[in-house]
Amino acid sequence: MILPFLVVGIIIACTILVCSYRAIYGPGTFNRIVAANVIGTKAIVLLILVGYIIERPHFVDVALMYAAIAFIGTIIVAKYAERGELCSR
Amino acid sequence: MLAIDIISTMFLAAGTFIMITGTVGLLKFPDFYTRIHATGKCDTLGQIMIIVGCMIYEGFTFITIKLLLVTAFYLLAGPASTHALMKAAYVTGVPVWKKGDKRM
Amino acid sequence: MEMTEMKDENRKFKIVLTFCVMFIFWLLLSAWTVYLPEPYDFSKVSRGVLVALIVTFLTYEIFVPCRGKDVLLKTQRFIPYVGWELWQIYLATVDVAKRVYGILEVEPEVIEFDTTLRSDFALVTFANSITLTPGTVTIDISDPERGRFIVHAIAKGPADSLTVDQTMQKKVGYVFMEE
Repeated sequence: MILPFLVVGIIIACTILVCSYRAIYGPGTFNRIVAANVIGTKAIVLLILVGYIIERPHFVDVALMYAAIAFIGTIIVAKYAERGELCSR
Repeated sequence: MLAIDIISTMFLAAGTFIMITGTVGLLKFPDFYTRIHATGKCDTLGQIMIIVGCMIYEGFTFITIKLLLVTAFYLLAGPASTHALMKAAYVTGVPVWKKGDKRM
Repeated sequence: MEMTEMKDENRKFKIVLTFCVMFIFWLLLSAWTVYLPEPYDFSKVSRGVLVALIVTFLTYEIFVPCRGKDVLLKTQRFIPYVGWELWQIYLATVDVAKRVYGILEVEPEVIEFDTTLRSDFALVTFANSITLTPGTVTIDISDPERGRFIVHAIAKGPADSLTVDQTMQKKVGYVFMEE
């Protein structure tokens, strides 16, 4: 039963493509950050689905690490946009 | 076996529909704060639905526990990154859209 | 004299708790899929123990900041709350989907209100719950001493359900015993 995973994976990839419109043209910094955050979330799901499509579910480990890194990246970019610097002395 | 396939496919389809809804909201809503409403909520439930579909298809193995870990981590981390973005935008003065204003 | 003994006791408790959590996490992530199908070999498990020990001594002060009161009772009350929260996530998504496809209106507003919650865990839980329930997203906790929240609501109805009904605030207060 690979077909449902394949179809869902292709649809999710298409939504990532649509989201990148907001990431490229979206007015202002924050709209772009939101779009990048959403793309990160969808990429986690896509990694899990790819693991099932090529019948190697150990891709879940990659998805777990990707979730952690995407979270840290969003927090750091948000803090930088808020303060204008990363370390306050 | 067939029943399990059908149930997991239904969960996958529901999750995909919710993800598409979140994307449409991201494109359609008028300003930054309302866009975050759409993405923050739809992506959380869509991801939970798709992962539950995978869990039902997998049965009970160690992969299932790892999938559960991904879901639990996202339930904690998703709202936290949403708060960070909202606070940064509010502090730096991104205007709030009121009804009748121009789209931003 | 007694104070130092108390401190030693607390430190030991923190280290043991952190080590147990880290080692169980390592087992979940690697051992059961990679190591345990082979014949039992202590040297392989000892790697996990070593890694868990290193992480424990680096992070035990951050991982368990203080020894809380009534942890068991709070956990017991927290589990039904998680179930209720999942149902609220479902309702929130239906609400947002209706607004996306144009069945309900979008009239955003920013509101502020005070709560009775004080401790860190209660404030974090309440902020996350606001974000996951229909139509509202937390912007900031502007004054943690008085539990003052700034919230962005997508329409009038969700804002009223937060400031007038206060169902969720009572539930969180019941879980963390801060009514």
